[in-house]
Amino acid sequence: MPEVKVNKERCKGCELCIMYCPKGSLKMSEGFNAKGYHYPEFCDADECTGCTLCGRICPEVALEIYK
Amino acid sequence: MSEKRRLMKGNEAIGEAAIRAGCRFYAGYPITPQNELTEYMAGHMPEAGGTFVQAESEVAAINMIYGAAAAAARAMTSSSGPGISLKQEGISYMCGSELPCFYANIVRGGPGLGNIAPAQSDYFQATRGGGHGDYRVIVLAPSTGQELVDLTMLGFDLADKYRNPAMILGDGILGQMMEPVVLREPKQYDAATKKDWALGNSGGRDRHMITSVRLAPGTLETHNLHLMEKYNKIEEEEVRYELTACEDADVVLVAYGTAARVAKSAVSMAREANEIKLGLIRPLTLWPFPGKVVNEIGRDKQHVLVVEMSLGQMYDDVLLSICGEAQVSLLGHTGGGLPTEREIIETAKKAKGSGKPVKVFPGPSV
Amino acid sequence: MKKVFGKPESLSDKPFTYCPGCGHSIIHRLTAEVIDELDIQPRCIGIASVGCSVFADDYFKFDFIQAAHGRAPAVATGIKRVQPECVVFTHQGDGDLASIGCAEMIYSANRGESITILFVNNGIYGMTGGQMAPTTLIGMKTTTSPLGRQAEGAGYPLKVCELLSGLKGVAYLERTAVNSPQNVIKTRKAIKRAFQYQLEGLGFTLVEMVSQCPTGWGKSPKDAVQWLDQEMNEYFPLGVYKDIKAEEPQGVAK
Repeated sequence: MPEVKVNKERCKGCELCIMYCPKGSLKMSEGFNAKGYHYPEFCDADECTGCTLCGRICPEVALEIYK
Repeated sequence: MSEKRRLMKGNEAIGEAAIRAGCRFYAGYPITPQNELTEYMAGHMPEAGGTFVQAESEVAAINMIYGAAAAAARAMTSSSGPGISLKQEGISYMCGSELPCFYANIVRGGPGLGNIAPAQSDYFQATRGGGHGDYRVIVLAPSTGQELVDLTMLGFDLADKYRNPAMILGDGILGQMMEPVVLREPKQYDAATKKDWALGNSGGRDRHMITSVRLAPGTLETHNLHLMEKYNKIEEEEVRYELTACEDADVVLVAYGTAARVAKSAVSMAREANEIKLGLIRPLTLWPFPGKVVNEIGRDKQHVLVVEMSLGQMYDDVLLSICGEAQVSLLGHTGGGLPTEREIIETAKKAKGSGKPVKVFPGPSV
Repeated sequence: MKKVFGKPESLSDKPFTYCPGCGHSIIHRLTAEVIDELDIQPRCIGIASVGCSVFADDYFKFDFIQAAHGRAPAVATGIKRVQPECVVFTHQGDGDLASIGCAEMIYSANRGESITILFVNNGIYGMTGGQMAPTTLIGMKTTTSPLGRQAEGAGYPLKVCELLSGLKGVAYLERTAVNSPQNVIKTRKAIKRAFQYQLEGLGFTLVEMVSQCPTGWGKSPKDAVQWLDQEMNEYFPLGVYKDIKAEEPQGVAK
């Protein structure tokens, strides 16, 4: 089952990963990281296909994708 | 290419000396009266296995030098006043980044487009930085064809020794005149082994970063204090000058470059005719300025006459060095005008006779 | 499970200091991915310029140099001529390349210097607070075009790929964008081709990457990437503008 690992401290809350995820596998967190941003949480592991589109658009290199 | 004596035009002598000093990258842009230097490099640099680029502007040229120097080459550019003005940002960057390079300013009349006659009115530009920020450039002042050769070779060595730009402040006469010169053996110079800070293949070592930007608080001040230590060392160890007949002089002339040639002539003429005993302090380095010897001799002889082809630029450095302890007068020509021996002798007599400093600008002789 | 996507080796670990959603760091990551794939890291020399691009050097593990505003192509020329075995590239914004650096841009292309220019076109001056850039669109409001850019007085936005495409020294020109994962993938291919052409000594290569600047444009990152598609890509069409390999007839000996 593909998995997206989020380095939440690198995130700046731009939400582009969520916008471009074709499966809705990422959702913004309730909590904040140290910089004060909400960050994506990998929430729907069943749907994720490991397409890596989230990682490719992330400007912060905050996402690692495993398959 | 063993030592041999050749009749060479000044501009070309600089070029040949640079190649023998190991210069292997030249970028420049045409401007009178230094074009023979650019043209010499166009013809001879490729033969020597180096690179010549006629850049799109003087600005582009200095930035090519910046890159070539960072990549460990002995790199050079040349221009005249207006072009050196354009290069000031690049020179400041090289000083801030601690990059060596050599350049020649074959000075013409200014300000503005001016004319193509010789002048010494870029002294401030050369010695006061010229560009922005706290930095210094090593400024060498030849007054003969041989010195164009010797100081070019010295300039490259000093630039590498201190990781700082070094320049020759020439003028239109020095660039155009033809004199016999002895050319030194070409330097066996291997850049790669000596420049362990340079850009290149970073395999097997820490990466190198060449930059002049230091944004973190305190880092720029720390860096500039390090530059100042370097400049202090240069001031202690690299001052060069020549003295002529100062021991018993009534009036001591201070002059460099072409003005010094006329001044030297005036010293002999005045002594042969028993008119007045003149001496000459001829700086070979304008920065670092030979302030100590100017002060010592000035205080001893009490009458100093600065002879320059400007409205009085080196004059300021002489005043600073003398610090009020002797009388400092000025004979100046500007915009391409040249002093004569007669003008120097008469002004020296006037300066000695008057109780206060004199400033004489004879104007054009036509 | 194995990692199928992550930080490329040539990219440093330092967190980026760019604004949320900015395209600069996407481009840095792609540059590092290509350098890893081509296995050329020790040979690379990068040139940081002035603007937001001044930070570029922080993010790579090979030699870097800082160039004065607009002069990176001249600096690259000096480096490449002295060390031709190194892979030399610049990272420049629209003001750096196409305003103050216009002469250096044209001449390094015209001389066919074997360098690669990575050109970030976001239509604005980010670092200095949002002034008009050579590529600011007509009607776009910036701090120095408060009523919107007008052609009369400010001229038209400069199209760099089109401008350089007529020069013989140019080997490869492509305009891409970094506002969507699909465009990011195409940008990576373009950067790879540009570096490959440099490795083959074919001449000057440039990749123009239309990029979002959410802060400069006064938009959220999500709005900015959509506006880029609607407006920027309308004026700056994506595609290959010159490919020296596509122009050569098959089987011609050099």
